[in-house]
Amino acid sequence: MKLFLIIFFVAATVALIIAGLYQTPTASADTVGITSGSSLLAPKPDTPDRALTLFLQDMQRRNWRKAFGDVAQANGVDEQAMMQEWSGSNGSLRTFSSLEGFQLWPLHESNDDAQIRAHMRWSTPVGPVEEVRDFGMQRDGNIWKVVFSKIEVPATPAQVVPVTYLRWDLVTGGESGSWGSRNVDAPRVRIISMNAVDSAEGTVIVGEVTNEDTVPAFVNVNATLSDEDGKVLDEESSFDRIAHILLPKEVSPYRIDFPGIPLADVKNVRMDVRPALVPASADPVIGVINQKIDKDAQGNSVLRGELLNQSGETVNIPHVIASFYDGNGRVIWVSDGYIDRALVPLGSEPFAVEIPRSLAAKVQSYHVVVNHYDLKNS
Amino acid sequence: MLALALACPTAAQEVTVPRSAVAGTDVTLSTTGSGKADFYLVGPGVASKSKVSLGEEIRVPGDQLRYAGKYLAIACSATCNSGEFFVTAAQPASLAFLVHPSRVPARQPDAVSGVVLLFDKFDNLVVASETINFQVKGANETLFSRAISTHDGEAWFRTSSGKTAGAVRLMAAVGDLSAQRALQQVASEPCHLRIKAQPTAKGIEVETEPVRDCAGNPISDGTIVTFTGTDPEGKISIDAPIKGDVARAHMKDAEPVVISAACGVAMSNELRIDLKR
Repeated sequence: MKLFLIIFFVAATVALIIAGLYQTPTASADTVGITSGSSLLAPKPDTPDRALTLFLQDMQRRNWRKAFGDVAQANGVDEQAMMQEWSGSNGSLRTFSSLEGFQLWPLHESNDDAQIRAHMRWSTPVGPVEEVRDFGMQRDGNIWKVVFSKIEVPATPAQVVPVTYLRWDLVTGGESGSWGSRNVDAPRVRIISMNAVDSAEGTVIVGEVTNEDTVPAFVNVNATLSDEDGKVLDEESSFDRIAHILLPKEVSPYRIDFPGIPLADVKNVRMDVRPALVPASADPVIGVINQKIDKDAQGNSVLRGELLNQSGETVNIPHVIASFYDGNGRVIWVSDGYIDRALVPLGSEPFAVEIPRSLAAKVQSYHVVVNHYDLKNS
Repeated sequence: MLALALACPTAAQEVTVPRSAVAGTDVTLSTTGSGKADFYLVGPGVASKSKVSLGEEIRVPGDQLRYAGKYLAIACSATCNSGEFFVTAAQPASLAFLVHPSRVPARQPDAVSGVVLLFDKFDNLVVASETINFQVKGANETLFSRAISTHDGEAWFRTSSGKTAGAVRLMAAVGDLSAQRALQQVASEPCHLRIKAQPTAKGIEVETEPVRDCAGNPISDGTIVTFTGTDPEGKISIDAPIKGDVARAHMKDAEPVVISAACGVAMSNELRIDLKR
């Protein structure tokens, strides 16, 4: 009996070790925290989705060499370019992000090629970011390889860009001096529109705020909801869904979410805008071109466009905030999105922000503002 | 203080106090009776006790009477007696001149206000009526000049802003005292925004004509002008700051495009440009 138990446990251990060698996680979430290394006897990429899964897992682990081995070499992508595109550059949002997980949706498959849509979830300092990307797959003998299409970044020719931007500095007076001799008023800032929207997640307050003064303002908008008894239900701020620094006459959309509070429970909304004087710069000027409402791959309405950096300074993390208006000119929604690639001098980057299905039909016009975060100013 | 006063029944000795006194000056109180007594002085910022001889005058030094307000003098031997007197502010020694706002758009009615508060050398508010001479001067004009009497220690004025952008000096004077403040008069809302465009090798250079308010003041540098273009590819928008009275934007557009601009409440003319023609 004892001998039988020993033989049984030895056999079970060997079987588990062998199974472990062949084990490759199928759900990407299982690999969180693994930064390098792989199974000794990894399964072969003998199907398109398995090949892409292996490729994305290697990219997730930043195992660039192995990932590059999964790429079809025909389209002239080198390992360095692939790595740079995946891990970001110029202090972009991507450089601070990591692939948290992904899901694959086969779109098309033939004997020699296939196309798979990857829905990727990135964890970033500004919260989770979703990315949908279509990968082409190619048969190479009895295995499949990824056609990694390199994003072409137009090379800006060497040139001198004159910097003639305006800058405001703030001089704070000392403690000395008589009463009233050192007063500088806070900027005049006004909420020019506000609308309470009932969304699936709860109440959402959207609107626009403008700087009516002649100096830059740092702005934050707060909203307090109360019920019919006057009891405060919740108080929230616009957080990052606003362009905080407003130059004179600049307008920014804002959005304040109250998850879990249906609009039917709300009787009153108290708005509060808090401006402060701040040093600011008018540079960089970022143009928003080719804006149009379109459908994305999943059939959702999106506002697409391109950001064009008109200055000679790299914009590390561009942030797009768009307000959508109905036929009466009323703001009915505000969407925002971060661009995960840096905006190089005189370069452009595409963007897309989503419009909820329930409101898409009502949208008649829109306004886009570009906020930005720069490493040297942070 | 009140409890102490009530605890002391009226006695033979009396304390006679002056009807009023001026802050910082010595005060003499007289007492009746004889023998030694404890003398208490209680008032704003002071509570002191000393030994005095009844029947003699009690001299309270000015440094114990620095703060204007009601004082209570109490003399206690076998019994206590007390008297109240008021200390008023001394001569004005400083004036606080508060001006609002620090930036004001030109040609705004009742947009500028100022208030003066008079204080003596001990920072007591001088409530006695004084005449303050106010003057508000722009670059080329006197916006306001008037003498106004203080009431309960303060005098104020309100006036309209001037026509010309620039620094405005505000002065308040009483006797030898004076204070000066400055505020910045800035352009009002833009008026008659007009744009022009010219094709360049890289696209279209669009710029405003000098942006001014209805009084002709140049709009402050840094003010955002939003250029909007509509072409078959979609919409283009560029927020460009005014610099040297003019805002400029560059559009890389080869398609026919309709360009307009807006700044605050002002809308510009519309330009239709077709580079292919």
